[in-house]
Amino acid sequence: MNLTLHVWRQKDVATPGKMVRYDAPNVNEHMSFLEMLDVVNEGLILRGEEPIAFEHDCREGICGSCGFMINGIAHGGFKNTTVCQLHMRHFADGDEVYIEPWRATAFPVMKDLIVDRSAFDRIIASGGYVSVSTGSAPDGNALPIRKQDSDLAMDAAACIGCGACVASCPNAAAALFTGAKISHLAHLPQGQPERKERSLRMVRQMNAELFGNCTNIGECEATCPKGIPIEVIASMNGDFLAASWQERPPVEIAGAG
Amino acid sequence: MNLNARIPSGPIEQRWDKARFDLKLVNPANKRKYNVIVVGSGLAGGSAAATLGELGYNVKCFCFQDSPRRAHSIAAQGGINAAKNYQNDGDSVYRLFYDTVKGGDFRARESNVYRLAQVSVSIIDQCVAQGVPFAREYGGLLSNRSFGGAQVSRTFYARGQTGQQLLLGAYQALERQIDAGKVKMLPRTEMLDLIVIDGKARGIVARNLVTGRIDVHMADAVVLATGGYGNVFYLSTNAKGSNTTAIWRAYKRGAAFGNPCYTQIHPTCIPQSGDYQSKLTLMSESLRNDGRIWVPLKKGDTRSADQIPESERDYYLERMYPSFGNLSPRDIASRAAKRVCDEGRGVGPTGLGVYLDFSDAIRRLGQKTIAERYGNLFEIYERITGEDPYTVPMRIYPAVHYTMGGLWVDYHLMSTIPGLFVLGEANFSDHGANRLGASALMQGLSDGYFVIPYTLGNYLASEKFAKVDESHPEAVAALAQTQSLTKQLLAIKGKRTVSSFHRELGKLMWDFCGMARNAQGLEQAAGKIAGLREEFWKNVNVAGEAGDLNQSLESAGRVADFLELGELMCHDARVREESCGGHFREEYQTPDGEAQRNDEQFAHVAAWEYQGPNQKPVRHQEELQFEYVKPVQRSYK
Ligand SMILES: Cc1cc2nc3c(=O)[nH]c(=O)nc-3n(C[C@H](O)[C@H](O)[C@H](O)COP(=O)(O)OP(=O)(O)OC[C@H]3O[C@@H](n4cnc5c(N)ncnc54)[C@H](O)[C@@H]3O)c2cc1C
Ligand code: FES
Repeated sequence: MNLTLHVWRQKDVATPGKMVRYDAPNVNEHMSFLEMLDVVNEGLILRGEEPIAFEHDCREGICGSCGFMINGIAHGGFKNTTVCQLHMRHFADGDEVYIEPWRATAFPVMKDLIVDRSAFDRIIASGGYVSVSTGSAPDGNALPIRKQDSDLAMDAAACIGCGACVASCPNAAAALFTGAKISHLAHLPQGQPERKERSLRMVRQMNAELFGNCTNIGECEATCPKGIPIEVIASMNGDFLAASWQERPPVEIAGAG
Repeated sequence: MNLNARIPSGPIEQRWDKARFDLKLVNPANKRKYNVIVVGSGLAGGSAAATLGELGYNVKCFCFQDSPRRAHSIAAQGGINAAKNYQNDGDSVYRLFYDTVKGGDFRARESNVYRLAQVSVSIIDQCVAQGVPFAREYGGLLSNRSFGGAQVSRTFYARGQTGQQLLLGAYQALERQIDAGKVKMLPRTEMLDLIVIDGKARGIVARNLVTGRIDVHMADAVVLATGGYGNVFYLSTNAKGSNTTAIWRAYKRGAAFGNPCYTQIHPTCIPQSGDYQSKLTLMSESLRNDGRIWVPLKKGDTRSADQIPESERDYYLERMYPSFGNLSPRDIASRAAKRVCDEGRGVGPTGLGVYLDFSDAIRRLGQKTIAERYGNLFEIYERITGEDPYTVPMRIYPAVHYTMGGLWVDYHLMSTIPGLFVLGEANFSDHGANRLGASALMQGLSDGYFVIPYTLGNYLASEKFAKVDESHPEAVAALAQTQSLTKQLLAIKGKRTVSSFHRELGKLMWDFCGMARNAQGLEQAAGKIAGLREEFWKNVNVAGEAGDLNQSLESAGRVADFLELGELMCHDARVREESCGGHFREEYQTPDGEAQRNDEQFAHVAAWEYQGPNQKPVRHQEELQFEYVKPVQRSYK
């Protein structure tokens, strides 16, 4: 099949970008979307142009490196599918395909389709862990965990940190990402001692990174390639509210003298 | 070259304890005075950097991805071994040790393997405490499965995402240290050279992949945990960015390269579909627990699978290896698949594929049970191939998966350059000539959480360190050399893309240094690779600029190194005139086609020493002693 691509090209963070049109001839239906771009890039290099920069590594849908908007939808909008796992059989001859980077204030574009997602790392650094130094752990079976809880923790822990949730949210909120980590650890006994502190610190960091506010639109859940359920946001909000309430400074007792 | 492995004396069960007692300690108040560089943030590097930070060292950690959470370790599916014997099925530290030495076809160092088995139990404890959501039973305890042909259930797993969950555990521990100011993380920064001063590793040269700036970073010790080099074959199950650059450039600075030719070819991958293919996808080995592998009995049978009656199918693994059947070890299963395809009995459009059929299991257990066990894998398969494995048998073919070779290290995980430590898949490893399933995650975390914190401390406490900084002549020279290499790559402006060279190299490696090798083919390939390398430096076209985010430049540097490594792998494979584990030399096989080791001449590690550009490297040997597990011919019949 032959496709026409419209791709966002931008030299670096400081230079404004623009959409550029490319032909993608003879696309094989068994190719992945990224392999289709590889072929386009080979052509560009041989013509002396710079290839389209996009992030990728595992190409198995697990590292979270890849991701951009295809026709306005994060990762192209196929259920539980990252762009590296999206195959060209879903496209038809003559299709026009618009490819743009994630758009969010907290994710500045660094080049073409590559954005800076380091804000996610800083959110995790602000408390997305259990403080247990190497060597101090009890036996793995010392603490039984209800299978259902462990499964819920795993559902949330499956997040790959790709950023599709932010990109598809009209507010560019990072609530699904942050909620996923908070919820993962909140479902496990190991996560309990720091649960309150964690939610306070992570939510504050999320806000400090200039992500927008969550208004429960649900686009994040719809495009998440790992199917992270929107309940994690409710769980985060619950923990955050409870923790902030308890954190309030003791009310001054107004005395009448 | 000194290949003293520094193995402690005494009974094997006591060696690690003895070593830990004998190792010098760094005074807690002094730890913050030492600077340590960790290159890599996968399971090995991430766990090492976090733990060294916890101990109080000043750590700088590097990775080339945008975040340490994305290291290739994240892709591991199947699980991690540990000798917990929670299932009461006869496992023990000794059995895990025994299985690993035997599985490695008697080409691993016994003492290291024993330590690995010992430490394995603490890894699980540590990961559980971090909140890794391992699979559990209804009683709330950890679940195990049997994996990769092991006869005990010692594999811990988190759905099909074990590597992801273990890596996120290590990553979170690392982020905690970053938050505490003990680790400085430099993502999107690629190590391009090692700085050696007065014979010791004292720093690295690294390029900021966003700005293109090349800098020198100095330290008292350098830890490399940069993963495996399976991408020398172009097509492999590794992530696209996996490379040899860090260890290769350390090799060129004097670190010996151990057993470069030992490569693991995994039997269950989705077959290649076309020339544009950029990587191969692994289908977890756990599928072999219930799937049956077969090809048509007749050559060139083009009927679809459902049209081939039972009597005209050859369940060749069950036939050839009745006691292990479909669960035969990786190297054996891979070679058997190649053999039936070479006979013209392969399936699928290319003829390079065999069926992995679940219809019996679905009949026996019901579709629901199969979906519970393998649902996510079936989905991956369907997404890639467009075929539904519940109704049409999967097609699989072997693919390059793991490299057992790597920089030579002693018992302390130190290379032949003092102060240069190598962890995880990047070292020549505890797996000998073949790695057992679910053992790489174990080794990476063992090295990072439990070995390096001790042995690195010993090194720092035993040495005196001259004060050196970025202005040291060795540092200045290494920086200048890296800068000029970058300029040179960009200046060639030839007619071929980097990936066209990479593909051609990969094809040579696969054809001549892949599943079956012979002297003539290896010599021919080495010559062709040398020619290809020459052409690369004249005719490659690297787009873009030096001072910019430039992915072509990144891959050009990596492919340049692969073009050198490939040749060394061919030499190593040629000189090793025996078959062992993943290294199969057609000249050395038993009458029934099994690998024939030559213990008299080759029960050793080959450690190659670099001699300069276009000079023949020198091969050294570390003799392996088998005091506990007597070498026998591996039999899985
Ligand atoms: C698809 C797949 C499935 C697997 N499944 C299993 C399994 O089920 N069980 C099992 O035990 N093993 C499995 N393995 C093997 C296992 O995943 C790897 O061997 C292991 O994760 C390697 O870990 P590592 O820390 O050594 O390296 P990696 O995880 O590869 O990390 C390398 C790190 O080094 C960095 N790096 C590399 N070069 C440079 C450089 N020049 N400069 C700066 N940074 C650099 C990278 O950024 C990265 O952070 C699997 C492998 C594959 C490919
Ligand atoms: S490249 Fe890893 S998720 Fe797509």
